This record gives sequence, structure tokens and C-alpha cells, in this order.
Amino acid sequence: MDKERVDQIIDKHDCEASSLIQILLDIQSENHWLPKEALERVAERLQVPMTRVQHIATFYKAFSLVPKGRHEIHICMGTACHVRGAQRVLDAVQDLTGIKPGETDLDLKFSLETVNCLGCCALGPVMEIDGKTHGKMAPAEVANVLKNYE
Amino acid sequence: MSDIILQIDGREVAAREGMTVLEAAQKAGISIPTLCYHEKLEPYGACRLCIVEVEERGRTRLVVSCLYPVEKDLVVRTRSEKIDRIRKMILELLMAHAPDSFELQELAQEYGADRDRFEKEPSFCIHCGLCVRYCAEVKKKNAVGFVDRGTRREISFIPEIAAKECGSCGECFPLCPTEALQAAFVLTKAFSFPTPSMKPAAAE
Amino acid sequence: MARINSITELEEVRKSILSSRDSKKPCITICSGSGCHASGSREVALSIEAEIVKQGLSDKVDVKKTGCHGFCERGPIVVIHPEGICYFQVKPGDVPEIVSQTVIEKKVIERLLYTDPNTNEKIVYESEIPFYKNQERLVFGFNSSIDPKSIDDYLAIGGYSALAKVLSQMSPEQVLEEVKRSNLRGRGGGGFPTGRKWGESRNAPGDIKYVIVNADEGDPGAYMDRSLLEGNPHSILEGLTIGAYAVGSHEGYIYVRQEYPLAVENVSIAIKQAEEYGLLGENILGSGFDFTVKVHQGAGAFVCGESSALMTALEGKAGEPRPKYIHTAVKGVWDRPSVLNNVETWANVPLIINKGSDWFTQFGTERSKGTKIFSLVGKITNTGLVEVPMGMSLRDIIYKIGGGIPGGKKFKAVQTGGPSGGCLPEELLDLPVGFDELTQAGSMMGSGGMIVMDEDTCMVDVARYFLEFLTDESCGKCVPCREGIRQMLKILTNITKGKGKEGDIELLEELAEVAREASLCALGRSAPNPFLSTLKYFRDEYEAHVKEKRCPALSCKELIAFYIDPAKCQACGTCARKCPSEAIIGGKNLIHMVDQTKCTKCGTCFEVCPPRFRAVKKISGEPVPDPIPEEARIIVRGGKKNE
Repeated sequence: MDKERVDQIIDKHDCEASSLIQILLDIQSENHWLPKEALERVAERLQVPMTRVQHIATFYKAFSLVPKGRHEIHICMGTACHVRGAQRVLDAVQDLTGIKPGETDLDLKFSLETVNCLGCCALGPVMEIDGKTHGKMAPAEVANVLKNYE
Repeated sequence: MSDIILQIDGREVAAREGMTVLEAAQKAGISIPTLCYHEKLEPYGACRLCIVEVEERGRTRLVVSCLYPVEKDLVVRTRSEKIDRIRKMILELLMAHAPDSFELQELAQEYGADRDRFEKEPSFCIHCGLCVRYCAEVKKKNAVGFVDRGTRREISFIPEIAAKECGSCGECFPLCPTEALQAAFVLTKAFSFPTPSMKPAAAE
Repeated sequence: MARINSITELEEVRKSILSSRDSKKPCITICSGSGCHASGSREVALSIEAEIVKQGLSDKVDVKKTGCHGFCERGPIVVIHPEGICYFQVKPGDVPEIVSQTVIEKKVIERLLYTDPNTNEKIVYESEIPFYKNQERLVFGFNSSIDPKSIDDYLAIGGYSALAKVLSQMSPEQVLEEVKRSNLRGRGGGGFPTGRKWGESRNAPGDIKYVIVNADEGDPGAYMDRSLLEGNPHSILEGLTIGAYAVGSHEGYIYVRQEYPLAVENVSIAIKQAEEYGLLGENILGSGFDFTVKVHQGAGAFVCGESSALMTALEGKAGEPRPKYIHTAVKGVWDRPSVLNNVETWANVPLIINKGSDWFTQFGTERSKGTKIFSLVGKITNTGLVEVPMGMSLRDIIYKIGGGIPGGKKFKAVQTGGPSGGCLPEELLDLPVGFDELTQAGSMMGSGGMIVMDEDTCMVDVARYFLEFLTDESCGKCVPCREGIRQMLKILTNITKGKGKEGDIELLEELAEVAREASLCALGRSAPNPFLSTLKYFRDEYEAHVKEKRCPALSCKELIAFYIDPAKCQACGTCARKCPSEAIIGGKNLIHMVDQTKCTKCGTCFEVCPPRFRAVKKISGEPVPDPIPEEARIIVRGGKKNE
């Protein structure tokens, strides 16, 4: 993401320090991760210490400081999905992709995250890939779903 | 401004409005243990060692004295079976990180804390925040801050700022009760300080 | 749409909207909340729209995409008006039939109706279905009849009349009095009297005050606020504006989780529409009252649902809670008086103003007035969102409305209050829901998450699960929470893995005390609750794990083994085919066997073994029987000789 675009996003929020999180959310949403240069630019223009930007970029789960994979897998670990066996679905995904939650595989194909409740409890256990919800997942079906993604 | 009279451990103590219970106690020579408190910094309320029992309007509860404002007729108890139990546990939890810390060892003796109660954790840092807050509030350089949250929370130096400022300052180092701050600084210096003496890789 | 400049103009606009609508005109509504979206309601909606055009009915039939209806287990839900015929689990393929048969010919399609599992009778009308009939949907009910993206729909059902009443007939003090008299208490979990909170802010010194909507609904399994914000955003805006007037605030914030994109979208649209109509912004309805609202997104931190952490996040900082020795109603965002209330709390305000506190107080119990929306999820037949008057028993909610436990399983516990709450066993099912009753039993009503658990749920694992959640979400600032919960998680994890030892439970109790008494915020203080409540009511499970290395619920992976009963196996081969680890040894006419060295305990074999055999068993706390030699595993089928 180039500096101009970062500046545009900052200006959209009136360059207000209290909008720091909103600005980073916009950058994350467009760029899929937060490059160091973007963080430095934001700190500079908003006149906030880099330590605060760094803390926020690591404190909140929405942000990634490294590039993410082409496909983002979110496994819901909410209580309703948990009692319906979400852990076993997660284990199956981990086995098949070779990555743990928070990681991206070496081909930059999949990024895996756990989410604490997507709010589709009737369909639990739920796995969301690129925003598409796959409900009533069973560990044995995971391979079938994942092989559709390049 | 008239004095506020409160009771600490059965003694009448006079305090000014705006003071905290800890400040009032210290003024009266009553000692309350602290780890994250420093008179030059805003109270942080993180270590929870300074908890005391306060009684007001018939209700008793535990509060941290470094932040609780003094009130007229407040009744404060700085020691009790429960308070001692909690302080002992806090120390034991922290000693899983920094068993050799001088400050922790001293307090552990007083409260009978067992330094080996819990399995040792890989990080020394006890999150008192003194380094971060000192650099932010007193030096206003923000060379070191916190990153992440929960059990993954750590202190982290900003290499560009640390390379410029820390060499001539170093005022935070004696504040650290453990080896964590030194270790973090040394590692940052070794691996992340910008090195102007290295030429950028030639373009192919 | 022209700006509405006065109360009278508002009524004229409302009248004109109503008169241009024919309540007898056929209308197909399709539930378009996030839950139904996940079941495919977007595709159904597109099919309906296409079919209407195809059959040339665009002038004669309306199509409306509404908010969440609440019966999420049975989505996508389509309701045909004006009759109120209700179809469930609708697929795009059903649409042509629905339009031709039901909309045009007024004939009911039986297979899409709800079937009462007790009587087997089919029920046609939404209002007669037990799930809905036993609820009191004062707040949530509007969802099914409005398109959340249409402010006109909200006006048509009487929206913004409460605001008009307030601005034209009531002083801020009178509004405060009315809310106080209603005994409305916060619906986010704290249960603090709303009127009292507003009064504190009103009386606090300072000209700049804030009103805030807490839409950071983080309790896993709870999604009531999301459905309200997605389905009826104007009701929250109206309540917020009324609150701002009462408190003396001119700036409002809606803090929404970024994990709720549809809620963010719908509430942002609602704000724009309200501003266009002059119902938000400067000089609202010509009254001279100014009020603006900004949407602020969360970024993935459960702790930001805590009021002081939320306010710190609004300031653009990491959401670490602050001590609340001085209420945030007095010193909140930027140290200014800030009223923070939950989504559902705000949504109740217009109702209280319009219908009066006397009307409101007829619902609920002495100390818990009004209704509460619960998300009824987990091992329950009718998963969904339910709104009931406080005082209804847990048993009635779970059985009368929820339809009980599916699969013939036995009820074990109901978890309420999210990670701050606890589990209640069968003996306590007659407890009424309310702010105080569940707390006395060791749980709490919380924000409304109600997770039902059955005989297959391990209660030790439930405690471990919540502590794992909280270790991940703790801000990490204070020692009791960061370190105490970390150690509790370690011990509980060991217990579920068969590594528990004598003294573990006592150490857990000590750690629980420190977290409860000395943590900085409510996250830490209430973190031990799931452990303490499961220990209180299911102590036998803890002891079995520690002393016998046995999991009574047959759930903890390290403590169970999958074993194929040789007396029952008929060598159908299904388990061997489906096993993802190739851990099943077998063959044609050969009793199958699980190779314990390869088994990953995924449970697939247990699930796929045909019910008529039920040969796969889970065993715990006892050694796996020795494998039988191959010769002894040959099955001789009756009437067939083995060549």
C-alpha cells in the first residue's frame, strides 16, 4: 500500500488521534496486513507515540503485522460451537494445513484464526473461509471443503 | 483546604483532598507494599500488592490503595488474613517469572511466599510498567512500550528511538525489579538497532 | 426525502407512508439476519426477487428483507403476508412453488411448514408456533416486519414517536424520572439501574457529556445485540437520542465489533437516513436539540466490552480497563461524564417512553422488570433468539420454547452469563431468570447467552474452555488475572489430560480467590466463576478426572479410547473407510479393530457406525480390552459358508 493511500485514509478520519484504531482497521481491510511503513506514517501524522501504535497493532486480533494467506480460515470457538465439537474441527484443519491459529502457511495459501463466536450458533460447528460460512462441520469433511481452495 | 480525617489500622490519619489512601498512609508512616508505584509517575494499579480493605457506608471491599481516593471517615485496614493470603499468592505468581528479584525476595520473606510454588515461566518481566511509564511520562520519549495482551504481553523497545536516546539516558534501568529490561534492551540493540555503517545492498 | 422540521410534520410524513401502504397487499418477507445469511437466505431472497419479476408480479407483490426472526435453527425463514404463513428451511428451489401456490393461489405448502414434534401436527401461522407463542417479543418482535435498511418501515410501525413525545412534551428531568420509575436495569450483564446511571451523568459537572452504545457483544454464544442492531437499528438510535436529551449530551458513539459487518453497515445506513430526515444532527425536529452519532468499530478484543476498556478504546488506545472507583458516568471518555448502556437497554427506552413505566413494570419480577432476550444455543432443539419476561423459569425456556435436548440425550447443565457466569444443573432449572436469582446460585444472567449442555459435555472441560478463552482475551495488565488465570488454565488442562494430581483442586480454589478479590476489572474478577460453579455442582467429575483418570462424559481426548465391540461389529467397513488416520484394522467379514497407536480420537468412527449396530464405544478410566487375534474375528454369516 503506498503512502498516498495511507494519507487518504488518515484524512478520511480527519487525522484525529482518537480514530487511530479506525484508521488501522481501514488499512488492514484494504491491504490485509499492516506494513511497518504504514504504521510509522500513521504515528507521524497523528502525532502519537510509536509505542501506542505498536501496542494497538498487536493488542487487537483484527490486525496482522505479516502478510496473510490468500484464503482466511476462521474457526468459531464460541461456547455453542465448542459443545458441538469445534475443537475436533480445528484439530483436523491444523493437521491438514500444517499451521496453527495465528499462522499462515509457507505458500501464503491459508491463514488460520480462531474466532470467539460468529453468531451462527444454530449451524455449529462453524468454519468460515473468505467470509463464506460452512456450517455443521465434521472433522471428516474438512478435507473436502479445503481442497476447493487454490 | 481542610484536612480529611480517615482511619488506617486503627490510627487517625489526616490527609488532603485528592490524595490516595497509599499517599495518606505513607505520610503517616504506615507501610503498604508496592511494586508498580513510583512517586514520579501516575499510579498504575497493576501489581495489586497495595490492596487494602476499606469500609464505607457499611460495605467492606478490597481496593488498591495507590488509586483509591481518601474520604472522610473511611476505615482502612492494611493487613488481614485475606490480604496477606492474596499478597503471598501474588508474590508466588510473580516469582515464577523472576525468582531472584531482590524486591520480590524481600517481600516474599515478609509474607512467607514460596518462590518455587509455580513452575518457572520463560519471561522475567513482571509487568510493573515502570520502564514504559517513566519513559512516557517523565522523559516523554516513548522509547519502550508494551505489545500484545494477556500472557503474551511484553515490553518492546522502538529500535530507532532507543538507538538515539537510551545511550545518554538509561534512567529506567535501575527501576526494573528484574533482569527483563536490561535483557530486552541488549537484544534490541544487538538485532534491531539501525546500523548506518552498513551500506544498503547494491541493486542488481 | 425532505428534512422533517417539526413534530407535526413527522406525523404527516408517517400518515402519508401508512396511507400509501396497503396492509392487504401480498408481501413475501425473508429473514436476512447474519444467521440466515449463513444458511443461504441471500440466495433465497435473490430467487424470490427474480421469480416475482419473471411472473410479472412486481406491482402486485412486495418483497421485504427483514431482520432476524429468532428461530435460527430453522432458517432461512420466509413469511407470506398478510396471512402470516410461515415457511422454514426454504431453498431457492422452493421459490417458484411458493410464489405460484401460496402467494397467488393462497395454498399452503405442507412440507415447508413447522411440524410440532410432540403432536406431529403442522402449524401454518408464525404466531401459533410454540417457539414464538411462549415468548413475549416486546423489543425483538419488530424485526420480522421491517426492512432494517428502510427508515420508512420504522416510521410505519410508529418509530420516532417516542422521540417526538420527549422533545415536545417532556423535560430532561421528566424523561429521567420515567426511566427511573420503570426500574429498567442494564441488559449487558451488569444490571445497573439505568435511570440512576443517567442521573449520575446528568448531575456530574461538565458541559460535554457522552452517551455510548455498547455493541461489543463478546460473550461466545450470544448474538442478541447483533440481531437487534442488524434488524432494527433505528430503535437503538431513537433510544440513544432520548437518553442524550435526558443526560444533556450532544455526542454519541456506537461501539460495534468489527466481526459484525452487517450490523456496522445497517446502523451506518440508519444514521445517514435519520440525519437526512432531521431526526439526528442539528435542531432535531425543530426542537433546538442537537445530537450527532459516530460509529466506532472494535478490532477484536473481548475485554473492550468492559465499559472502562471500551472508553479507553474510544480514545484511540489499547483497551485496558481502568479502575472504576469513580464511576465512568462521572468520569469516562476523556474524563468526561459518559453514559454507557448495552444495545438491548437502549432499545427498551422508546417503548418505556411511549407506553409508560406503568406498562413496562407489569412485565417481569419485583427487582427485574421487563423482558430479556436470550440466545438459546448448544445442545438444544430450537436454537435461536428468544425474548421472555423476566421471572420465567429456565425449565420453561429450555423445554417449552427450546424444545428440549435433541437426539434423545439427557440434559446436564445450562451455562448462562458467558465467561463471567456459571453452569447450573438440572435441580436448579426452576430458577427464574432475572438479575439476582441466578447470581445467588453461582451463575448470573449476564448479557443473555444461554448454552445448553447434555450428558456428552464434560464439565471440567467447560471450565477449562472458559479459562482458555479468558487467557487469550485478558488485557494482561494486572497480576491476579494475567498470572492467576494462566496458572488455573495450566492445572485444568493437565486435569483434562489425565495429569491431575492431589492438591490441584485446592490450588485452583486459592487462585480463584486471588482473581476474584484482587483483579483490576470484572473480566478477572468473574473469571473463576465457570470453574467455581462446575466444581460446586459437578465435583464428582473433577474427582474422577484427578483420582481415576476418567472422564465421566467420555469427552476428554486423552482420557478416552475408542473401542469396537466385537459382539456388535458386523464388518460393514464404514468406520475403516471414513477413518482419517487409517487406524482401523479390518476387512470383509472380519470384525474391525481400532489400532490404539494410530487413533487420533477424532470420533469419526463413533459417529458413522450405523445406529443398528452401535458397535463403536467410548471407554474411559479402564484399560482397553486386549485385541482379539484375527482368526477369532472372522464373521460367519448365517446361511453362507466361508470358502
